Amino acid sequence: MTKYLIFTWLLLCGTSVVQAQKYRLSDSEVSFYSDAPLEDIEAYNAEAKSIFDAETGEIAFVVPIKKFEFKKALMQEHFNENYLESDQYPNAKFEGKLKNFNSDKTVQEVVASGKLSIHGVTRQIEVPGTVRQHPSGFEMKATFPVKVADYDIKIPKMVFYNIAEEVEVRVNFQYQPYDP
Amino acid sequence: MIHKTIFFLTLILLCSLVVSAQSLLEELEQEPDTLSITEQATFKGTRLINGHSVETDGEGVLSFLISHRFGRLNEGAYEFFGLDDSNIRLGLEYGLTDRLNVGIGRSSFEKVIDAFIKYQLIRQQSGGKVVPLSLTVFSSMAINTLRSQLPERELNFRYRVDYTYQLLLARKFSSRLSLQLMPTWLHRNLVAKADMENDLYVLGMGGRYKLSKRVALNLEYYYRLNAEAEEDFYYNPIAIGFDIETGGHVFQLQLTNARAMIEEGFLSETSGDFFSGDIHFGFNISRVFQLK
Repeated sequence: MTKYLIFTWLLLCGTSVVQAQKYRLSDSEVSFYSDAPLEDIEAYNAEAKSIFDAETGEIAFVVPIKKFEFKKALMQEHFNENYLESDQYPNAKFEGKLKNFNSDKTVQEVVASGKLSIHGVTRQIEVPGTVRQHPSGFEMKATFPVKVADYDIKIPKMVFYNIAEEVEVRVNFQYQPYDP
Repeated sequence: MIHKTIFFLTLILLCSLVVSAQSLLEELEQEPDTLSITEQATFKGTRLINGHSVETDGEGVLSFLISHRFGRLNEGAYEFFGLDDSNIRLGLEYGLTDRLNVGIGRSSFEKVIDAFIKYQLIRQQSGGKVVPLSLTVFSSMAINTLRSQLPERELNFRYRVDYTYQLLLARKFSSRLSLQLMPTWLHRNLVAKADMENDLYVLGMGGRYKLSKRVALNLEYYYRLNAEAEEDFYYNPIAIGFDIETGGHVFQLQLTNARAMIEEGFLSETSGDFFSGDIHFGFNISRVFQLK
């Protein structure tokens, strides 16, 4: 019986060794930019949460929609109330893998492939980005387009602020190792 | 037996650890929520119906308000149910900061000029730091500029001025329902009759219920606490209205027994009895301009 216990505890230790390969955000910025005929729209969010597993290349992040900051208060209100319906769908989420990630390289181009959920709609996406490794962790950058209609975000024709059909999302994540 | 139990307990613990290690996203989502989220859009506009809501215009926002109250519905078809007669207020408001607003207005009702200052003191928050209510403080001054009926007895300026102080307490209970309480102190430098109080205390209450993304139903009622002496000719203001939001505009349509569109007027000079049909149809339209 004791043998089983020792075996179990060893397994437990094993799991924590695997977890030690994980990285969390120390600093992050998610922004989006929309180039519209009437005026450009920009918003910033520094409250994303993310875990990156350097062993497997797996990555996940959660971005709280209400923490997107706009220059204009009214735009922010419309964004939350009418378009993203953030009371109902509070977070944007991504879960996937860096396909060709190699932990030996300092700078590399990767493709993040996985599921992006916005406004209750989940879609499979592929996003090219850059990973830079430095002694204290990783830096990841990506820029990719998001089609508003793909995520069932309806923008009525009547609105005052014209919004482009596609917005450009920029992600800049700084990762540091952590012990769970 | 005990060994077995310990073994299975350990196994369960292990399993749960393995499960939590399966998905990074699940690991993130299981974390306690430490982020504080400030509630937005407790109400659609800076006005509930007649009175102010806890909302303020954002920094650099100039808003132009056009408000109308028509005549009484019970005046019948000859007066086109009150629409022949119109009472107007034009107003300008500006957000000095996201929380501090100032405004001026001019009403055709008694030719009153008003000015106000409004400050959002506390904002409702959820998540890591919970703040259950929003609190906005409001103060306004109204100057009656009607010419005296007797030119030889011109009113001294100070008798033309009234002051209102309000606390606006609101909570957004859900994305649809928001309620507001408005304890109010109104000081009138001159009252119509000797037995009327110069200081009128009023408790207002109101709320909104969103019927759809862009349409909300609003209700508002002010109970005048010490107005016994004027009960026979002045009533508590009641209003029911709809907010229709179209982006940069909010259209507010309402039915109310009040004629005036500023605190001093609708709190102390509402002469219509809502329940005998002294109801005025009216609307507020606001148009915002971002100056900064």
